[in-house]
Amino acid sequence: MSRSAEVAIRSVIGLFNNEDTAADALDALNRAGFDQNEYEVLTGTPYPEGTFGEAEPVHKLYRFPLIGAACGFIVGLLLTSGTQLAFPLVTGGKPILSIPPMAIIMYEGTMLGAILFTVIGIIFESRLPRLLMGAYNTKITEGAIGVAVTTDEIKISEAEVVLKDAGAEDLKRGWETE
Amino acid sequence: MQEHIQLDQKQINDDLLSGVLKTPRWWLPAISVAFLVFLIGMGAFGYMLNKGVGVTGLNRPVFWGFFMVNFVFWIGISHAGIMISAILRLTQAEWRRPITRAAEVLTVFSLMAALMAAPLVHVGRPWRADLWVFPYDFARGVWINIRSPFIWDPSAVMTYLTASTLFVMIALLPDLAVIRDRTTGWVRVFYSILCLGWRGTPRQWKLQAVAGILLSALVLPVFVSVHSIVSWDFAVQIGTESWHSTIFAPYFIIGAIHSGVSAVATVMVLMVWLWNWDKYLRPDHLDAIGRLLIVVATTWFFFFFVEWIFALYTLEGPEIAMRELQVLQWPWSGLFVLFLITAFFFPVPLWLFKKVRRSFFWMFVTTVSVNIGMWLERFLIIVPGTMRKQPFVFEWGSYHPSIIEILMVTMTFAWVIFGLLLFARIFPLIPLFDIKEGMVGRDEIKIGRRTVPASIRE
Repeated sequence: MSRSAEVAIRSVIGLFNNEDTAADALDALNRAGFDQNEYEVLTGTPYPEGTFGEAEPVHKLYRFPLIGAACGFIVGLLLTSGTQLAFPLVTGGKPILSIPPMAIIMYEGTMLGAILFTVIGIIFESRLPRLLMGAYNTKITEGAIGVAVTTDEIKISEAEVVLKDAGAEDLKRGWETE
Repeated sequence: MQEHIQLDQKQINDDLLSGVLKTPRWWLPAISVAFLVFLIGMGAFGYMLNKGVGVTGLNRPVFWGFFMVNFVFWIGISHAGIMISAILRLTQAEWRRPITRAAEVLTVFSLMAALMAAPLVHVGRPWRADLWVFPYDFARGVWINIRSPFIWDPSAVMTYLTASTLFVMIALLPDLAVIRDRTTGWVRVFYSILCLGWRGTPRQWKLQAVAGILLSALVLPVFVSVHSIVSWDFAVQIGTESWHSTIFAPYFIIGAIHSGVSAVATVMVLMVWLWNWDKYLRPDHLDAIGRLLIVVATTWFFFFFVEWIFALYTLEGPEIAMRELQVLQWPWSGLFVLFLITAFFFPVPLWLFKKVRRSFFWMFVTTVSVNIGMWLERFLIIVPGTMRKQPFVFEWGSYHPSIIEILMVTMTFAWVIFGLLLFARIFPLIPLFDIKEGMVGRDEIKIGRRTVPASIRE
């Protein structure tokens, strides 16, 4: 399908003063036939999961540190054994590969790998960096609760009506893709 | 927490961004002085690079002086930050909320100060560090010697520094979005880039919560390894028998926690005095950290006591010789008494009193005292340890720090102050979202005829 033939995706955001009205707005959007992937709650503070009746976010963050740790361990092992074998320092007839110092560096390598991959995982799973903000309102970080709907252009007016009926203030349109 | 102050999100933003969106009157003079002292120290460092380590008081056999004392001291301070932040996050302690970030930032700048203090500067030719640390010489086939603690230290400290910095940056994302939303022009662009387009979706908040726990769990083993490795710098030394101690790793770790938690308490008091954040840092918080300090200090004293008992019970010559120097020979004996008083016998009995634990002034005095004592502790391990007459070293002598060393030690303190002040001007020193989350889950419940504050969490 050519770019021009695609349906443009638009977004709209409404602000709510308290948790209950925001939750009611999500129910109303659900009843109006909007899919759960089409709307999201934006808040300036973390709330307990499910406060607004939103779907529980699913993530795979726990895989990242495991992969990172494995990579870090392998790099540590190769670095320590490789450097000793490449430049052998024979000390008193002892084995070339000295295990205790290798363990120290491999441990640090494992932890560093796990931490770096975890941070990458956090950013990736948080869907960051986000270049286009879409519909957003700076009052969210001041305590307002935003309900943003991102949907096809033809449904955006309907979303606005649902949000307005649910008691939304300060309705604002944004754009995701043209 | 018995004290209950309920604030809305706007009020929290106004209060905690006061140091970011406006410049406090004292800030410029304070940071200028810190920067000037830092520059003077860098000048001394430049002089040492030009003339060589002969300009210091280091000599044979006292190869380790102020630089290594300062290195161990700053590594110790750095431990508190992540320890406090990680353990309190993992245990979901409510009183962690206003202090985690300051503690983490203290870790980052202390680690930089440790790297500045040693090992690079005291080796004399720091530009050759790449020869020891990085595998670089592909042409001649000369590789690093991983059996040297010179490799263990950088690998551990750099891992810890990287982890701590990333820990701080990840936890900053939601707060950077608040600043983005409150600013305009290029400042807004700057914070927009830094916050990576944070919006505050449930997914992002969930990941932020998981990240706090996961990174805490990953950083804690690194924190334990770093000071263990620093202690092995001492324990694996062939020449100094009195350091051949298996207890050194836990002893150093608990000493680091003692000095580090004290430093966090000092910073907490300064945050109230300088930024007037008394609504967020209450006497309750000081009381909590004071109780923690009693446990930490007593455990540290136990390890100190055990180390002495092992030394005396075995009656090994090198051990006894070092203990005699520490306790019986002036000026070390005087410093030893001062160390014991400042690190333990002055602060700990005072912390037993609730009034002291809840007093900003007394907590400041006692926690600064602990760090004077803990700096002296490292001094008394290093200098009497190396200066006594040893086999295979046919010289012995004393140690007098030169003005160059004193300036460079002062430089590290100035650096940490400079770093904290600069950070506090660009980023919020108290995590806004953590405070707000605490407010969301806070309520008052009626039990019989009393209404008590309660914190509710999942």
